[in-house]
Amino acid sequence: MPKEHANWSPYDNNGGTCVAIAGADYCVIAADTRMSTGYSILTRDYSKICKLADKSYMASSGFQADVKALQKVLSSRHLIYQHQHNKQMSCPAMAQLLSNTLYYKRFFPYYAFNVLGGLDSEGKGCVFTYDAVGSYERVGYSAQGSGATLITPFLDNQLKSPSPLLLPAKDAVTPLSEAEAVDLVKTCFSSATERDIYTGDSVEIIILNANGVRRETEQLRKD
Amino acid sequence: MMRTSFAALIIASCILMRAFVKPSPLHTLEMDTLLTSEGDSQRTQYPYVTGTSVIGIKYKDGILMAADMGGSYGSTIRYKSVERIKQVGKHSLIGASGEISDFQEILKYLDELILHDNMWDDGNSLGPKEVHSYLTRVMYNRRNKFDPLWNSLVIGGVKNGHKYLGSVSMIGVNFEDDHIATGFGNHLARPLLREEWREDLSFEEGVKLLEKCMRNLLYRDRSAVNKIQIAKITEEGLTVSQPYSLKTFWIFSAFQNPTVGAEGSW
Repeated sequence: MPKEHANWSPYDNNGGTCVAIAGADYCVIAADTRMSTGYSILTRDYSKICKLADKSYMASSGFQADVKALQKVLSSRHLIYQHQHNKQMSCPAMAQLLSNTLYYKRFFPYYAFNVLGGLDSEGKGCVFTYDAVGSYERVGYSAQGSGATLITPFLDNQLKSPSPLLLPAKDAVTPLSEAEAVDLVKTCFSSATERDIYTGDSVEIIILNANGVRRETEQLRKD
Repeated sequence: MMRTSFAALIIASCILMRAFVKPSPLHTLEMDTLLTSEGDSQRTQYPYVTGTSVIGIKYKDGILMAADMGGSYGSTIRYKSVERIKQVGKHSLIGASGEISDFQEILKYLDELILHDNMWDDGNSLGPKEVHSYLTRVMYNRRNKFDPLWNSLVIGGVKNGHKYLGSVSMIGVNFEDDHIATGFGNHLARPLLREEWREDLSFEEGVKLLEKCMRNLLYRDRSAVNKIQIAKITEEGLTVSQPYSLKTFWIFSAFQNPTVGAEGSW
């Protein structure tokens, strides 16, 4: 007797785009606020960015229920870490935790495409980029989600990132100033909004630096 | 070369989209009982008796929610007095579309939740945000076990002056907004709400807006029935209206002679 196939999918793509850029002493993490399903928009005002630790912010797009569950797991693991070590987790530590958490569900993955941004223990900006099952790498900038294919080539051009094949390894952190980086991010999103139907409504931008956190919102096209 | 890779991208994304498309419409219900294998016989495969859209809006004093009273068995409208909006504790309302029996089970879970909340006897009571959070976890965990509760839920309420309106789907997708709709309502009612909803709607204006949406659904959703209930919840309390029907208008010339001008007609 042939096996029956389920006529429902445990996954859905709720769309959206996430971007992060690392600077010498700052980090910019941004994501649009549109949540969609199929060809419908569910809501125009949904935050995809989650504060995991004082210096670690995660932006995730993909299947929203999995993203929420992932955020919950990481937040509670951070709380336990704080109880046990009496300090905040560093961004590279959180990066490893996220990778392990994703791989834990290697055979029923979290359909989440993540970008982790923050400041490392030296105060330099750090960005980590992930796939759905946890492979990750530290980079100078990254885009994930439905608009990633539109944004990444643009960032490659503007940030003139050195080749990762160079020896000795050249730092990928951008020499741009904070204001220039924020402006670049806004440009990325308004361009992606033009051509990606899942990106739009507004973009939420988090800027982390030595003085603390700042939050900016910019309206995008709603069509 | 660009064009073929572009075409490949379109095809690939179509295939990906197909992989995530929602379940196909009901086929012969009798067939499934003959075809189930023992291992999966306990898992939800298809919905049987279903309710259609639920619409919720925030208004000046609280939340308004509307749903019709139909329970469809495939293409038959089998039940016409199904209450799809229910009270949850002191502060919340839940409206459900999808499988009615799964909704009844959810009501049982909520009963137990509210009971235990009351037994604490500490003067605190669960508000709509907490109920929404609880239901999100329930729906997501069932989806993880590949045995979903086949519902789309709308939770609304007011607690300590804060109005709350949220939604959970059968796979755990959840969000809150100023106006919510499930099923066909997402396609037919939400655009109307986006145009005409305001923060300071009065009760009468809210009801009129909901009726406009429900009428639209009546015309265009084949599983809608003309017997609706509108529920209101404010800080003071909750009322669910008596069932009533909407006035509809059919004297359009296109309805009088629907085949006039159609291909092959006379």
